[in-house]
Amino acid sequence: MQNQYWLYLIYLLASVSFIVGLKMLSGPKTARQGNFLAAGGMTLAIIGTIFLHKNEEGHLIGNYAWIFGGIAIGTIAGWLSANKVQMTAMPQMVSLFNGMGGACAGLISIVEYKHLHDTASTGAVITILLGLIIGSVSFSGSIIAYLKLQEIMKKTFRLPAQNIFTIVLLLLIVSMLVITIEMPAMFHLYLLLILSLGYGVLFVLPIGGADMPVVISLLNSFTGLAAAFGGFLYNNQVMLTGGILVGSAGTLLTILMCNAMNRSLMNVIFGSFGGGNAAAGADDGFVGTIKSTTPSDVAILMKYAQNVIIVPGYGLAVAQAQHVIHELEELLEKEGVNVRYAIHPVAGRMPGHMNVLLAESNVSYDKLVEMEQINDDFSKTDVVFVVGANDVVNPAARNNPASPIFGMPILNADKAKTVIVSKRSMGKGYAGIENELFGYDNCLMLFGDAKASIGKLVAELKEL
Amino acid sequence: MEIINSVITFFGENIQIIYILILSIFVGIEVISKVPSALHTPLMSGANAIHGVVVIGAIIVMGHAEEGNWLAIILGFLAVILGTLNVVGGFVVTDRMLEMFKKKK
Repeated sequence: MQNQYWLYLIYLLASVSFIVGLKMLSGPKTARQGNFLAAGGMTLAIIGTIFLHKNEEGHLIGNYAWIFGGIAIGTIAGWLSANKVQMTAMPQMVSLFNGMGGACAGLISIVEYKHLHDTASTGAVITILLGLIIGSVSFSGSIIAYLKLQEIMKKTFRLPAQNIFTIVLLLLIVSMLVITIEMPAMFHLYLLLILSLGYGVLFVLPIGGADMPVVISLLNSFTGLAAAFGGFLYNNQVMLTGGILVGSAGTLLTILMCNAMNRSLMNVIFGSFGGGNAAAGADDGFVGTIKSTTPSDVAILMKYAQNVIIVPGYGLAVAQAQHVIHELEELLEKEGVNVRYAIHPVAGRMPGHMNVLLAESNVSYDKLVEMEQINDDFSKTDVVFVVGANDVVNPAARNNPASPIFGMPILNADKAKTVIVSKRSMGKGYAGIENELFGYDNCLMLFGDAKASIGKLVAELKEL
Repeated sequence: MEIINSVITFFGENIQIIYILILSIFVGIEVISKVPSALHTPLMSGANAIHGVVVIGAIIVMGHAEEGNWLAIILGFLAVILGTLNVVGGFVVTDRMLEMFKKKK
């Protein structure tokens, strides 16, 4: 290998920019600069590679037309899609981008295998093949996650004996891996590719409901691993550090997300949430009757309340009601009502998703209170207004061991004097289970599209 | 036995890289261990952009593909596009999310 000291220096800078960037991303004040820093490091590393990288024979990079063409297409497509996407559709966008990275790693492995398989050491071949397997799983899994979140694919599929099937497929992949190492042939590689793609599909298909972000985060760390295998193969430090950083940080983030739902990762992957069977067990209907209310009644209740807590959920975002809810909040504040938002750790479809959506409509950051801080205040609250949230206020999580969400920390909305739930209809929540809160004596339903209902509520308040 | 031997040799020859690997794992965990849950999504998205570093592998594959090796050229080209999509899309989407966290005056 020829001297490429400048390139090494660039890779070092880029690696440090990734570490510092990630660190800065974990604090609200520095997050944006952190993202810029990491992006800068990435740009530097890419440019450095194009102009300075030499292979073992000392050849510089060629095929500039193809490279710049590919970068141009990728940049334009990435820029446009990232700018065009609605904030509500962001989780699936992240998933899609993640899948692209996985596919990239898989393609590299295919080319390198063809190029190297009869000359390379066993270690290098294993590296290539592991990159292929993980990259493909990440790709097909992310695409399924995208289709599900985009609601192109609406149902959750669970094969009979899904877990056994999964284990068999895993064993097949491992044996195919050994076969491909022992008897190198492109045909074996393609079989391995198909098996891995199939595994990714099977891995995500049965998972649904609130577990989707956990899966995306996990696939995200998979792609990090795949990138790291590439770094191993090319002895490329920046790919290695970048990939491993994401792999480990992503895994930790996945576990943090599971903790927020009080579930283990194993439970999410092999558990029952998405499967219809377990959810059906909790389907024992309501105790009590559903009472519906009108915007004018709610307006009076709120105007003369001292404390109002708004519990926003994904439904609020879907109805595009984040602006009108901010208007409601301002009106009430003018009347001297103390209004706060209670943010469940998995409100929206990802942790922090709701914060982003509300911040978009200028809701002040300090009005958003996290679950642990606000949960004891519900019993002293006059009105809780639940908009488009369901599972995160379902008392079954506290008192019904048969419920699939039993044990998940919830917002104690039911403890308030009055709970008003804005909901389109009596449909079930994202997790597909009934909410016994709706049958409680202190609960009133405000049926209708969230944006329209809150709009009427605001109009009524102005007239009072 | 032969496989085990060559794996051990591989480890021995790459010991420095293995050190980088182990240390990076701990850095990755350390760096995000104190993140507030409000930032989980942007952080995941930022990390998502960073693993787009895999595009460098794609550039290397593409850049050293011999003329006429169409499999390498076409797959490499595709890989460059997809990797760039991951990088650019990832950073832009993260920035859009973080834009929302600006302090209100």
